[in-house]
Amino acid sequence: MAKFTLPINSIVKKGKTYKLDDEPKNILTVEIYRYNPDDGSNPYIDTYILDKDNFGPMALDVLLYIKNKVDSTLSFRRSCREGICGSCSMNINGTNTLACILNIAEESHLKIYPLPHMPVVKDLVPDMKNFYKQYESIKPWLINNNKPKREHLQSQADREKLDGLIECVLCACCSTSCPSYWWNSDKYLGPASLLHAYRWIIDSRDTAKKERLSNLADKFKLFRCHTIMNCTKTCPKNLNPAKAISHIKTMLASE
Amino acid sequence: MEIIKHKHDAIVIGAGGSGLRATMGISQSNHSVACISKVFPTRSHTVAAQGGISGALGNMGEDDWRWHMYDTVKGSDWLGDQDSIEYMCKNAVESIIELEHFGVPFSRTEEGKIYQRPFGGMTTEYGKGIAQRTCAAADRTGHAILHTLYTQSLKNNVDFYIEYFVIDLVFENGKCVGVLAWCLDDGSIHLFQAHIVILATGGHGRTYQSSTSAHTCTGDGNGMVLRAGLPLMDMEFIQFHPTGIYGAGCLITEGARGEGGYLTNSEGERFMPKYAPNAKDLASRDVVSRAIQMEVNAGRGVGKEKDHALLHLEHLDASVIHEKLPGITETAKIFSGVDATKEPIPVIPTVHYNMGGTPTNHFTEVISDGTGTTVEGLMALGEGACVSVHGANRLGSNSLLDLIVFGKSAAERACEILDNKSKNHPDIKKSNIDSIISDFDRIRNSSGDISTAELRERMQKTMQRYAPVYRDEETLKKGIEIMKDLFNDFKNVSVSDKSLIWNTDLVETLELNNLLYQAMATLYSAYNRKESRGSHARDDFPDRDDKDWLKHTMVKIDKDGNNIFDYKPVKLETLTDEVETVKLKARTY
Repeated sequence: MAKFTLPINSIVKKGKTYKLDDEPKNILTVEIYRYNPDDGSNPYIDTYILDKDNFGPMALDVLLYIKNKVDSTLSFRRSCREGICGSCSMNINGTNTLACILNIAEESHLKIYPLPHMPVVKDLVPDMKNFYKQYESIKPWLINNNKPKREHLQSQADREKLDGLIECVLCACCSTSCPSYWWNSDKYLGPASLLHAYRWIIDSRDTAKKERLSNLADKFKLFRCHTIMNCTKTCPKNLNPAKAISHIKTMLASE
Repeated sequence: MEIIKHKHDAIVIGAGGSGLRATMGISQSNHSVACISKVFPTRSHTVAAQGGISGALGNMGEDDWRWHMYDTVKGSDWLGDQDSIEYMCKNAVESIIELEHFGVPFSRTEEGKIYQRPFGGMTTEYGKGIAQRTCAAADRTGHAILHTLYTQSLKNNVDFYIEYFVIDLVFENGKCVGVLAWCLDDGSIHLFQAHIVILATGGHGRTYQSSTSAHTCTGDGNGMVLRAGLPLMDMEFIQFHPTGIYGAGCLITEGARGEGGYLTNSEGERFMPKYAPNAKDLASRDVVSRAIQMEVNAGRGVGKEKDHALLHLEHLDASVIHEKLPGITETAKIFSGVDATKEPIPVIPTVHYNMGGTPTNHFTEVISDGTGTTVEGLMALGEGACVSVHGANRLGSNSLLDLIVFGKSAAERACEILDNKSKNHPDIKKSNIDSIISDFDRIRNSSGDISTAELRERMQKTMQRYAPVYRDEETLKKGIEIMKDLFNDFKNVSVSDKSLIWNTDLVETLELNNLLYQAMATLYSAYNRKESRGSHARDDFPDRDDKDWLKHTMVKIDKDGNNIFDYKPVKLETLTDEVETVKLKARTY
């Protein structure tokens, strides 16, 4: 029997409020989703009332400030702080993005949640295992048994086809913004993996185009994409996974 | 506490460029290998490398690996070991071609070959012309290489242990026999036994307050090495990249100058020709960083504080910027609000790379003293190691090469050693494990009066102030005094989060312990070296002193923060007779 209400232990409760001693001049109110796996209690929202003059302009600066100065138990992933490693993906004010390149200078209120519809390990740290497994399933490596003495030659025009695809940082913002993926993440590969599938299909050096396409010809893996376009709208690297998916669909249709 | 046990022939700690290349190599043999990383592989800092990977492919003009070797030795200010440098430069072409076969999406020439750009210090015919030697995938070469190596590892069914934090190395009778690690996902503790442990844990850029390095660049392997009573080498040599974004510290690749960019001061003067008449803006990094600092010191710095310089790209063809430098254009926009096609980018010399690290021979086997005695069972490579190919100053695009060439050779060497070894794992004394666990528990339960973040900030500010581009006896001495107090303050640290699941408070505290050891090693070594060489510029000893200082510093740090020095002669002899020693001479660009 389908369940239409949240299980009782996943209802988000109100948590603590942290205020600075001095009255902030430039107020930023930050609400953050917290979940502690140790005590079995429900997730809760903590509220931090901060002075924007105390930290840098990015959402990651806010999180680091809270962790360093207010509450060191807050957990989130971060590394490069310049939008290239893809660690700090999360949902901020309703949009999936990388915290390190989201400028919040104009904001007065932030709501920060983990990536939607992913199992949460702790606070803002989701379990990404399924996402990575799907990526692996599309065989994201060059298939070409020919090993010339020097490099494979590739024209500049053919190389250009990879632009807009190879910049993906595997942050999962796109996949976890997709309603089809929310429903069917066990069977639908999601925009990130499909973007990579397309990247290898159109690499002029790859010799497995046919196998790659037939591997995707499946009503779930590929065709759960209903062109909702959330993926393209949310991508913090300004890539267009929806377009890559539509190219794959066209290729399959014209085969 | 229950300890989950694993046995492998080899384990690799770290999943950046060098760790993945080594793991992949061993996975293709009949020996078992596992790779343990505190972050998912594509989050490793190799991902942030921009400009490219050097190799004398000669796709854009005549080139020779001997010229590359000459440039590297000169770039290192003759502190690099010439046997290792020969090995690296000679094997560059093959290693890069292999990367292309793995699928790295290199930019292309009109003939469809790998595109190569000019880079600082890279010349033809022993300094006569400018070489185009740096193979690039636009300005995201590290990203392209790291993602490719990760997927190659997937293809080879590598056993990954991802988001496991290695606490310490395990030794039995002076031999490294494994590591103890903590799984962040479920809080379990694991003992990985192995005949060979390969450290590929990266640099320690985060000892400084402003660094192009990622938050995770805490040199954990080097911390473990020092705690094991082994030395680190050449820790005084910290590379300041000339073009970190002013304020944010994010990197703007040297490739920007390779494509025709140049620097100016507050008077709009293009100042590099004064300091490097031939190479100008493409002199090596230590030279350019010092030049910017000199301009600032002379009152010709840019901005309200007159403390930085400007990098110009706006004169370049928009298509060059769009095709060859899209990443830094985006970074400049996000972090300094500048449209690089229209206005210059504000830049400042920023801590970027550690030439020093765990000393190894050219087979990447860790050594424990100046005579080159190897430590059984332990290898090291990548930025965290010191083989030493970069000496006193690394040339841009030689780091990705270092990772790939030595990653490959480490795998070969490990397999060679394993072929001749009994596959029985020794019993490990319980007390060896217990002492690591008790340290771990002590740190986890610590409730002193200083937070991890505060102690770290003090350490970073101290390094920034007392071990900058230009150093002298007085500042370094003061730095040591302060750092020693901070080092000993670690026992007063407090960890608020007591959980074992994704406890990043504890992760950062363990990292801080590693950083403090390395900060001590850096300050002591910088104070100790009484000459100027490469990135180590002493105001009080402005000249290179080959008579007394043509040698590597080796330093151990004991648990109270005291030092023990040793020295290792620089290897001037080459590996084979295919090339002659690059003879000592004055270094000008």
